[in-house]
Amino acid sequence: MRILTYIRQVLDAEESVHVANGAVALENSKLVMDTMDEYGVEEALRLRESGVEAEIVAVAVGPARVQDALRTALAMGVDRAIHVETDTRLDAIALSKVLAQIAQQEQATLILSGGQQADWDSHALGAATAERLNWPLVTWTSALELKGATLTGKHDVEEGSETFTLELPAVITTQQGLNEPRYPTLPNIMKSKKKELRKESLDRFNVTPKIKFTNAEIQVKSRLNKILDGKDAPAAASQLVDLLRNEAKVIA
Amino acid sequence: MILIVAEHANGKVSKSTWEMVTAARELAQQKGSDTPVTALVLGSNIAPIAAEIARAVDQVLVADLPALAQYDSELWSAAVAQIAREGEASVILIGASRSGREYSPRVAIKLDAPLLEDVISLKASGETLTAQHYTFLARVTETIETAGGATGPIAVVTIKPGVFNPAAPRAEAAEQFDVDLNLPAPRLKVTGKTAERSSRVSLAEAEIVISGGRGVGSAEGFTQYVEALADQLGAAVGATRAIVDAGWRPYSEQVGQTGKTVQPRLYIAIGISGAVQHLSGMNKSKIIVAINRDAEAPIFKIADYGIIGDVPQLIPAILTELKK
Repeated sequence: MRILTYIRQVLDAEESVHVANGAVALENSKLVMDTMDEYGVEEALRLRESGVEAEIVAVAVGPARVQDALRTALAMGVDRAIHVETDTRLDAIALSKVLAQIAQQEQATLILSGGQQADWDSHALGAATAERLNWPLVTWTSALELKGATLTGKHDVEEGSETFTLELPAVITTQQGLNEPRYPTLPNIMKSKKKELRKESLDRFNVTPKIKFTNAEIQVKSRLNKILDGKDAPAAASQLVDLLRNEAKVIA
Repeated sequence: MILIVAEHANGKVSKSTWEMVTAARELAQQKGSDTPVTALVLGSNIAPIAAEIARAVDQVLVADLPALAQYDSELWSAAVAQIAREGEASVILIGASRSGREYSPRVAIKLDAPLLEDVISLKASGETLTAQHYTFLARVTETIETAGGATGPIAVVTIKPGVFNPAAPRAEAAEQFDVDLNLPAPRLKVTGKTAERSSRVSLAEAEIVISGGRGVGSAEGFTQYVEALADQLGAAVGATRAIVDAGWRPYSEQVGQTGKTVQPRLYIAIGISGAVQHLSGMNKSKIIVAINRDAEAPIFKIADYGIIGDVPQLIPAILTELKK
């Protein structure tokens, strides 16, 4: 079988965000593979290590720099990578059109993708891709096993979790808790340099975004920042309760 | 028409539905007064829900079917897309709950419509919809608009819970119609469920949330400090990813990127340092209070009030003070 892991390159969560001219400016910021997608790469590798015969292909869409994230995936153990190069920002619905076509072209039967994008905060890519392929979908997966063509596992829902079973092909969205992604080792980094990283042009996917991004701003809610010293616990407690009752008026 | 997919739980219309009604009424006004607002209710044994929502909208469509007893993204998206097509809906509003955000992309693709996700504001001008939503783990507010040129609906929109004011019910009830649906057979088989319902107020709807992190020390510490304070204030309890992973608390209480987003009137963070993933789930709360021994903890930067000190001394002192 063939597994696709969709990966994105995003701002490191520890970095602060900068906005210039109505858009987020990523120049000079540390960019990493989206951790949500890293769980997908790791899970694909673990499925193979559990005895599933699979070729694992990492896919990314974006400017030239996203190759760094693909290289990381290759160094983790992915077999080859496809980079659809574009400087145009695509919303999840548009992006799913690219991913679905690649899945068909590669005859993949399992797609792994992060549950939420750390940059655009979107949840939609996995579901949109499943819909385009007319495949079933599991979101927020926290455990996964594959025997033959049957997937079993556990995923989070509104209030709690569910165990499930499902026949391939399928789209699975991944999240923290599914596994602990490995660090690429030096020998694997060396080996990855010889692996195939194929470039494709966005043109042939016939994508027309239906959303325009018109502005971005950082709205910082001004906070009172009244921080008390708690060495004298009863005094600090009394002061805090008084502030909440009489200044903020949020408790009775 | 503007179509709302009603969210409900435990036999009641959810607060998020009343909030969507407000968003829909505002849109209807902008689009012209003859634009009706229709609610679609999906489920099994949902007559009381249909009756309740009838007092908020112009028309209620009810699909009360045993096949809809359990949510499934393929069933829900097929139902909503069919009704949107038959009713020629111009805008489809879906709650930005976990399930809403899961099936809405399928609806958008079935209808070949743009998807506006998790919006906090919505405005119609002509055939264009403009919305705002948060990006970069809720640190940036972005404005987006539909690019137009579509022949079908203007957009499928998921509405972030807790942002729009819940609409007040009207005296008169709108007419209800049963609808026929062509539903696919669900392919995802659910083999077991772990419900993690707490006896307290639900996190998403609570006015006050008390959350705990590693700084509470242990699962027992969480009960002793966080739950005790929540009981005293009639609040919901929340937890950080770290202590959910440690098994101290159930996942359903998790606040943050991979858990729930809350924006209560008052959020009290106890022993929480404030990782950006946690902050993204609570940084829109009206008043934030932080209690932590580490003066450098990032949570203090977004706090309105805070105490730097030891949780085991401070929380009992606060409880004593509250009981006075």
